[in-house]
Parts: sequence; structure tokens; C-alpha cells
Amino acid sequence: MIELTSASATAFVAQAVSVFDVGDGFVVPLLLKLVFILAMFFVVPILGGYLEHKVMGRMQDRRGPVEAGPFGSLQLVADGIKFIQKEDVIPRAADPWVFAMAPGVALVPVLLVLLVIPIGPGVFALDLELGLFYALAISSISTLGILMGGWASANKFSLLGGLRAAGQLIAYELPLILAAAAVALQAGTLSLVGIVEAQATFLIPGTDINLWYLFPQLLGFGIFFLAAMAELARPPFDMPIADSELVFGYMTEYTGIKFAMFLLTEYAGMIVMGGLIAVLYLGGWQLLPGVPLPGCEGAGGIFDCGWQGQLLGVAVTLGKMMLIVFLFVWARVTYPRLREDQLQRMAWLVLVPLALLNLAVITVAKVVF
Amino acid sequence: MSELSTRERIHPGTAPGEDYHLEIVGEGDFATADMTLSIGPAHPATHGVFRIVLEMDGERVRSARPVIGYMHRGFEKLAEYRDYRQIMALVNRHDWLSGFSNELGVALAVEQLMEFEVPDRAQWIRMLMAEWNRVLNHLMFVGSFALELGAITPMFYAFREREDIQHMMEAATGGRLHFTYNQVGGVKIDLPKGFLRTSAELTTITRKRLVDYRDLILGNEIFQARTKGVGALPTDVALSFGVTGPTLQATGLPEDSRVTEPYLKYGEIDVPVPVGENGDAFDRFFCLLGRIEASLDIIDQVLDHIGPGPVNSKLPKMVKAPEGATYVRTENPLGQLGYWLESDGGRTPWRLKMRTPSFSNVQAIPYLLEGVLVPDAVAVLGSVFFVVGDIDR
Repeated sequence: MIELTSASATAFVAQAVSVFDVGDGFVVPLLLKLVFILAMFFVVPILGGYLEHKVMGRMQDRRGPVEAGPFGSLQLVADGIKFIQKEDVIPRAADPWVFAMAPGVALVPVLLVLLVIPIGPGVFALDLELGLFYALAISSISTLGILMGGWASANKFSLLGGLRAAGQLIAYELPLILAAAAVALQAGTLSLVGIVEAQATFLIPGTDINLWYLFPQLLGFGIFFLAAMAELARPPFDMPIADSELVFGYMTEYTGIKFAMFLLTEYAGMIVMGGLIAVLYLGGWQLLPGVPLPGCEGAGGIFDCGWQGQLLGVAVTLGKMMLIVFLFVWARVTYPRLREDQLQRMAWLVLVPLALLNLAVITVAKVVF
Repeated sequence: MSELSTRERIHPGTAPGEDYHLEIVGEGDFATADMTLSIGPAHPATHGVFRIVLEMDGERVRSARPVIGYMHRGFEKLAEYRDYRQIMALVNRHDWLSGFSNELGVALAVEQLMEFEVPDRAQWIRMLMAEWNRVLNHLMFVGSFALELGAITPMFYAFREREDIQHMMEAATGGRLHFTYNQVGGVKIDLPKGFLRTSAELTTITRKRLVDYRDLILGNEIFQARTKGVGALPTDVALSFGVTGPTLQATGLPEDSRVTEPYLKYGEIDVPVPVGENGDAFDRFFCLLGRIEASLDIIDQVLDHIGPGPVNSKLPKMVKAPEGATYVRTENPLGQLGYWLESDGGRTPWRLKMRTPSFSNVQAIPYLLEGVLVPDAVAVLGSVFFVVGDIDR
């Protein structure tokens, strides 16, 4: 059964065409895609940041931003303008080139991952056959930027923060990849579009009930979620920043626009991880399992959508991303910070074995059914 | 490339002439050099201008040296140039989180020298205010300790409670932090109408909200993993450093001068003293929460006892303590506060020596920090409750 569905999914992937592939030209679709990615990159993290401000405010018995724009929604824009105006300080003892490059090295990979994340039926910039592999590989380059920043700052707090970040990100890359591998295995494809489509056609063996991968891979979802949180250095795994211990970790010496770039890395990273989780486990742009979106009942199957269906699909994906961001924020508000050694112990002794178990179970299930 | 000397490159932040050393640890390819890390004077974990110099091997602290005095304001000398009315406004500033309790110590000392009996109602009011002040202080540390461990929310909750209590105390005293409500012979003015009722309501509300703190912090697995067994202080070591207050009670010794040497009317009521077992950071926090509850119990008892009557007494315009000396110790929120008051019969003290709890408590820090990791060092710093102004005076 699964062989059949995954075969049909791969067949569909071969034909998957982005809405941006208009006409036969090369330049126009490319420009459209770049504009789309940049818009995603600047707007969606601000949405996520605004959500964080407001949710944290509510949970902490305060109001969050209220002054800038309607309901304080432009607070992050105002913050961005403020950061641009700030003096850009490079410490005398710092290595100026590495110091200046670090925020860029951290930020750009996040932007590149956005290329392959499908956020609606046909709404994606690129459908790589190795999409998942690409996303995970590229996103780990960010670590390099953080390590560079920590090392080049010539500040002991930064150095400690940078080294903590490196250790933490290496430790959590493994469970993240193992959990994602189980999804790729079940879907039979590494293409992110293909994974969404495989979820739409995945049926519980012996029945005709359609389910997202969240349910067969609940364990994998938990591992991926925790590892993503550690990957992003979000509390309770924010030891690289640890403001009460290391002042601000690897960001201590950064000011102005460079600091803003590190902050944007964090917010955009949340969005990217939210997008990956939505695609891998939550059925991508589907509103409910097994139910096609309105306007998506065309001849090409349930993903042959009109523009209404595409818009709705984008909204659904964004909603799922925001749900994940909400969970990140909830964890931040609730928990104290773990210690670095406790974190490593959790990665190597708990998450990695569990992720291997998950992978083994999925493999066996795939062969048996 | 730059004009920095090698010393400054290796140890940015050390002043010229300050001693430092590079000790090689380990052998062969694994040999590492110690790093000197100066935390403070302006660092988020020191909440004030307190500096601590750590000699570190990686993230492990090999030795710690607190450097104090950045906030020395000369309180003891200043007090020699102020009359007893003015001293009230001075002493509530050295430990700015326990203003009322500080004033109380001086008032008691002067009254003891004058052999003066304070009206009953004034004594009950003093107890009421001192306990509310203790709740305020402890709530602050509940929030800040959680913040140091990375939990941001309890701080906001603590400030919500503090706001209610401060609002009530402001109605009586006019101050939110520096109350200046004590005076020799009693308190400045009587309580405003409705104060006792508000007090009773607030004890109920605060007690109900304490449950949230227990669930959110004490019951949290990460909090327990971060604090249990961290910075354990044995009773004898604590006593040898002169550690008092919740930090001493956490070691298992129920020492509280409200019980062992009652002043005001504490002898007439029941004063619960929470104690810990291991003296670690978890127990210190447990005792802190327990002391809030104990204070609320005391407030309830005070509300039962308090009766009508005068709140101060007729005294000459310029209070002069007779020649002599006395030592008064009170249980301040952070530990034992002692005032040694020596008078030559004039309108100002000849000498006012302070024994502040924070100063004694931080003496234990080098002992506690030896061999811990940096995150634990922050947990230790946060759980040896101190106010920087109270260390330096």
C-alpha cells in the first residue's frame, strides 16, 4: 500500500511546478522567486516575533507592545530602524574581518533554507529532489557564524558562548537528522513537496483513514521539536546566550545592525524550523487530514488548486508555523535554563537512542506493511 | 597590530599591577591554561556593582575571589553627623529591599539606651510592617533567583505581588521602598483606615499565589536538576563565616533571632522557622518560600492581637541618647542585622557600627564556588541572597 502511494507521490513530484514558473523565460520566474523568498524572509519572522511579544506578555501578566502601530504590531519594525541607527562598534582587540562576517554567515543559510520550504500547493521557489537533505545541511552552516562571532569578539564571555553553541549544535544535529530521516524513509522521498504529498495519501494500513506523519511518528516529532529548540538556542536550551551567566554569549560585543542580524537569524530560524515541522509532521498546507482544500479538486488530484486554494494553503502553512512558534514561546516562558552538561547528556543518552529506535520501528513498519 | 600588551590581550580587564598568573593544567596535548574571568562589577548575575574574579579551567571554577567596595558610601561615618531622626532616612538605604527592618534596628537601639517603653500598638504596627517588608524582600529574591536560572516569568509574578503590597504600604508610610516610618518612641503616624482589612485580604491572596511559585519553580524538573546538590553549605562552615538568615536555615539550623532572642512582641506569638536539610541552592530557595509563608502567618497573628492605643510617645524635639553603648540585633529579611550604637550623650551617635547580613553571607561565596561550573556559579550567587548596598554600606 505504502509502496503504491509513495510511488504515486514521486511520480507527482516529477511534475511539481511552482506557481512562479510563469511562461518560458528564465529571468522573470527567477526574479519572482527571489522577491517571494525575500518577502517571506522579512515579513514572516516579524509576524513570529510579534506573536512572541504578545504571547509572552499575556503569559506574564502584562500587555506586550502597544504603542508602535496598531496593537504594537510594528514594534519589531521600530526596533529594526533603531538598530540601523546605532553605532557599529568593533572592539579593538577583535579580529575585524571575521567579526564583521559572522552575522552574515549565520543569517544567510537560514535564508537559503527558505528556498525549498513549500508553503502552499505550488507555492515554493524550488523543489529539490534532495530538499530535506539540503535544508538540514545548509542550516548547520549557521553554527559556523556563531562560532566565528564568539571567537573573533576577543571577549571571554563570547568565547564561552560560542564554544557552548558549537558543542550544543553538533550534539543536536544528530537527533534532528535521525528524526527527519525516519520521515524521509516513510515518505520514500527527500523532496519536501513530495513529503507533503505522501502525507496526503498515507493511509493507516488496512483502513482508508488518512493521517499526517505526526501520528505514526509522534516520538520522532517530539525528538525533532526538542532538537530544533536546542538547534535554535531557544530557552530552555539557550546556554550559548545565557544572559544571566554569559551576559549575552556570542552576541555580547555586537551592536547595531550586526546584532539585529543575529536576532533576525533567531527569529527566521524559528520560522524555518516551524516550516520544516509543518511540512514533515503536520501535513504541510492541508487543513485537515484526508480533506482537500476548497478549490483543490481539479483534474490533477487534490493538489491541483485554483488561486483560492493556493491562498488558503499558504494561510494554513503560516498558521502551522505560528503554532510551532507559539510552542517555542510557551517553553521559553515556563522553563528555567538547563546546564550545558545536562543538555549534552540529554542529547547523547536520551534523544539519539530514541531517534535510532524511532528510525528502526519505522523501517520495520515500512517493510512489513 | 594594536598597542595592547600581551598581558592585556590575555587578561583584558585586569588593571595594571593586578596579580595574575597563567598556570598550565594537564599534560601533553591536553594541556590548557587557566583563564581569569572577571564577573562584574556590571554583570547581570550580580544585580548591583559586585565583582567576582574567577580562575577557570574551561567552564570549571578553580577559585573565586569576591571584590567588594564598589558601592561604599560611608554609611557609618555619615551616621555620626546626623541626628536620630535623620538616621532613619539614612539606614533604610543600605539594604534597600528591607528599609523598614533597618529603621527598626536603630529605633530599638536608641530606645534601649534611653530605657524607653514603646506603646503596645506601635510595637504591633512595627511587627506588621517588618513582616510585610520581609515578604516584599523575599518576593524580589524569588523572582531574581529564577531569572538567574533562566526562568523569566516568576519575576513578573513576583512584581505583581510586590506592587499590591507596596501600594498598601505606601498608603501608610508614603514610601514604596524607603519608608522612614519608624521614629524613636514609636511610628510616625497611625495606620490609615482600612489598612488592617487590606492586610488580611492580601495575606489570603499572596498565600494563594505562593502555590503558583511552588508549582512553577520548586516543582519544575529543570529547576531541581539545576539546584539540588549545588553549592551545599554545611552548618559549621556557615556558622564560621557568620552566615545567617535563609542561607543558614537551609543548612538545617533553625536559627532566627525572632525566636532565640525575641524583640518587640515576637515572644507572644508563634514564629514558624522553615529549615532545609542539605544547605544547597534548592534548600535555600525552599527556605525563602517558607519564610514568606511564615511571615504571612505572623501577619495573621498580629492582626488578631493589634488593639487601639497611641502609636508614638511625647519626646523632646531633639532626641538625645544618654551616654553609653548598646548592641541590638534583629532578624532582617536576609539574616541578622546588628547595630552597635555608642553615644556620648549628644544629639548624634558617637559611633554606629553595622553588622549587615549580606556582608557576612557573601564571605561564604569563595568556599561555595570552588570546583563548580559557571552555570552553577550563577545559581550559587543567586541563592546566597544578598543586596550589594548591604555589603558595601
